[in-house]
Amino acid sequence: MSAPIDEPNHTARFATLWVVVTLIAIPLVIWVIRPLLGPGTDSDQAGAVGTDFTVLAVIATPVATLVVMFLLYSMIFFRQPKGQMLEGPAVRGHARVQATWIIVTSIMVLGLAVFGTVRLESADGAGSGSGPSPLTVPRGKKLPVQVIAQQWLFTYRYPTYGGVETTELVLPANEEVEFHVTSLDVIHSFWAFKLGVKADANPGVDNVAFAKPTKLENFTVRCAELCGIWHGYMSGAGKVVTPEAFNTWIHQEQTKLAPATKVLPKYSTTYLPEPLRRGE
Amino acid sequence: MSTMSTAAAAPAPSGRPLWRRLIGFNLLTAVILGVGGYYFGWWIGHLINGPSFEYESATDENDVALLLGYFFGVVGFLIGLGFANYPVSRLLGRPASLREKEHEGMGRYFGLCTDHKVVGIQYLVGIGVFFFVGGLNAMLIRAELLKPVPTLVGPNQYLSLVGMHGTMMMGMMTSGILGPFANYFVPLMIGARRMAFPRIEALTFWLLMAAGFILVSTIFFGGFPTGWTGYEPLNDEAVMGMDSYIVFFALVGVSMALLGLNMMATIITMRAPGLTWSRLPIFVWSVFATAVLMVLAAPMLIATLLMAALDRTINTSFFLTAGGGSSYLFENLFWFFGHPEVYILALPGFGIILELLPVFTRKPLWGYRLAISGMLGVSLLSFFVWQHHLFVSGINGDLRPFYMLSTEIISVPTGFIFLCVMGTLWKARATFSVPLLFVYAWTFNFLIGGLSGVVLSDVPTDTGLHGSFFVMAHFHYTIMGGLIFSFFAGIYYWVPKMLGLRLNETLAKWHFWLMFIFFNSTFLPLFVLGLKGMPRRVSTYEPALQGLNDWVSISAFVLGFSMLIFIFNVIYSLIFVREPAEANPWRSKSMEWHVPTPVPVNNFEQIPVFDSDPYDYGTPVPVTGGSRPATAGA
Repeated sequence: MSAPIDEPNHTARFATLWVVVTLIAIPLVIWVIRPLLGPGTDSDQAGAVGTDFTVLAVIATPVATLVVMFLLYSMIFFRQPKGQMLEGPAVRGHARVQATWIIVTSIMVLGLAVFGTVRLESADGAGSGSGPSPLTVPRGKKLPVQVIAQQWLFTYRYPTYGGVETTELVLPANEEVEFHVTSLDVIHSFWAFKLGVKADANPGVDNVAFAKPTKLENFTVRCAELCGIWHGYMSGAGKVVTPEAFNTWIHQEQTKLAPATKVLPKYSTTYLPEPLRRGE
Repeated sequence: MSTMSTAAAAPAPSGRPLWRRLIGFNLLTAVILGVGGYYFGWWIGHLINGPSFEYESATDENDVALLLGYFFGVVGFLIGLGFANYPVSRLLGRPASLREKEHEGMGRYFGLCTDHKVVGIQYLVGIGVFFFVGGLNAMLIRAELLKPVPTLVGPNQYLSLVGMHGTMMMGMMTSGILGPFANYFVPLMIGARRMAFPRIEALTFWLLMAAGFILVSTIFFGGFPTGWTGYEPLNDEAVMGMDSYIVFFALVGVSMALLGLNMMATIITMRAPGLTWSRLPIFVWSVFATAVLMVLAAPMLIATLLMAALDRTINTSFFLTAGGGSSYLFENLFWFFGHPEVYILALPGFGIILELLPVFTRKPLWGYRLAISGMLGVSLLSFFVWQHHLFVSGINGDLRPFYMLSTEIISVPTGFIFLCVMGTLWKARATFSVPLLFVYAWTFNFLIGGLSGVVLSDVPTDTGLHGSFFVMAHFHYTIMGGLIFSFFAGIYYWVPKMLGLRLNETLAKWHFWLMFIFFNSTFLPLFVLGLKGMPRRVSTYEPALQGLNDWVSISAFVLGFSMLIFIFNVIYSLIFVREPAEANPWRSKSMEWHVPTPVPVNNFEQIPVFDSDPYDYGTPVPVTGGSRPATAGA
């Protein structure tokens, strides 16, 4: 692309501008914008997602600055002079620029995919619903908790504690929890935002996700899949307590709810729903 | 240059009295037969699914009757318009008219017309009306979200609004660019006198209109609670309003498949001599890529909805776990259509953007072949990414890396389009007319949409964002920021040709700036809301999020107001001022600007011969090939 002699060297000018703006933008993205958003670090999984988010934002920044600065630059410097009708240079392409673009974007994308896969299959990225038999499972002892979704509430069963079923989700801190999410009617989605866990609840399906809460706190569980008219109200309370407090609580519940537990169906990974008819 | 009024006045209307002209195949007959057909189907439905056969005895609902009512209603409507005349005449061995209503003044806009230019205008107005209805739904949704607790509407009405808004936009706007602009301009751009199947062309439009009314009629049957995705088993559980959704989307599917087929046939077989594939305007290429997607994806939608309708009526169990079916099946089938659908919406926008850039920058299109490979690459890859909508659903957990890879790879061909935009802008002589402003806005919006899409394609980050407002902001950036901005670029660019009239430029600039600023002011905060954990499709949210939600709602109202400026401009400029447009106001070299305005019924007296692509702009600096483009044969 040869320019007329009196024109400034746009390539060099724009490249400098882009590099400078990008170098300013990246720290802003990491230290100013990123901490304002996102799930925080209340579980291993939420922390891992936060890190992934930062990495993706940093990779996206040069692309964003490239296009935005290009648009601004072209708006200022590549205008038709007022009252004139000049033609631009009849350049139809540039093989080297195109080849470079294809190679660079392909490498970026493949890198992203590798990064995403590694993070997904590392135990940290296990907060997403991974089906009945996840490929990678966090090491160590795990507390199984079944999440049963129905229109329009969540209940929780603790199979290792006699299959007791509660309406509040209580979890011990610093212990890996293995959620088994299922539904009795339509599709719901179990979303513990602060813990970085989300798993769809499908009728007749056992959907497994993991979380290791690290902070003693109360959190909210919401439904994240449209499930009928009270979907917006389908939320529940949860809390993370010390392992000792959890033990006390679960044994109290076991005693208190023993009569109810007796009439519940036997614990199973799925409960095949009764055929539903409208109006029932 | 003459205006539309001369075109309307030129052919003499028949001298029969008004009441005689009302009898025949026209819109009035169509409406009467449509309503009659509806009640006929309703009656049959009650006959075959009466009290003794009633499946759903607990309610007074009868899905069979409603579905049959819609079916016979649509059939009656189409017969009333005259769609059966040709096949019936042929069956009876009578001479049949190949063309319908091509010379009939204003009346041709209100009936079956086989002139592709009339169909283009019909689409523009018809889709505009339903776009307006969908937009009003959005305004109501945002009004409800001003407060964290429900104030205006109940939960059922709220979900119906959300569903109607989503379904209307996703359904009607599939033809948002192909309907008006491709129907009108593809034959002109490729030097053809008509589309390959003019009667099918008219059919696609009237099917879409029937579909639109059916979707709106859902409010009489209780609305539907599923949003535009219609997930089972909620779909099966829903009241009769769900049937409106099913019929609407199935008709849209039929219309889409036929439209795509017609476009493919036209572009493959009817190009003028010399218009090789490598000289085809880039907009025609984008239409071709979209048409392929339509033909391949729409039948999947129709089949899925048929299965859903069977589940709802005769108690099959395709999607019901209790009867041995699977809710995953619906999700898979729907998104196998649904993801290509998103690109059906986006691709024609790419075409408009790249088609307009050379005209306003006075440069040839930079990287023509790269742009084509970008579009074809996107349309091919779009069939391999659908399970990224199901990352947390628990289906095929081990296949997620594959879908993550394929989804991220799709940003490579999309990146080609950006490179072509930037290459064309490089050292350009850009005139900042309204269409070019929309092109700039498109580039910015689609950048945000694309980058947020990369975040969603990554499984770990998608875990936090799936089903949240982040997703909603993302697809509004790609669809509204992409499709609708390019749609308006097309309107401001082509209306002088379509109607021979100018739109007021000051009002147009007001429209643009308000729309662009408040579009971003509406949807950028939604990313933040999603990151803070606000789910989609709810009318209640944490009180702490009210400030941002109010900001979004008020911005949305101004965004809606900018559309009113556009409507005012259309009424003011096209009805009251009626200032004739120049023959070629943008000094374009594309073929559609080199036929007279208004375009004659047969487009070209003589089929033109092409000897280059339409991007022969610019002063040749180094060695550049290519001779002058063929001017119009007329």
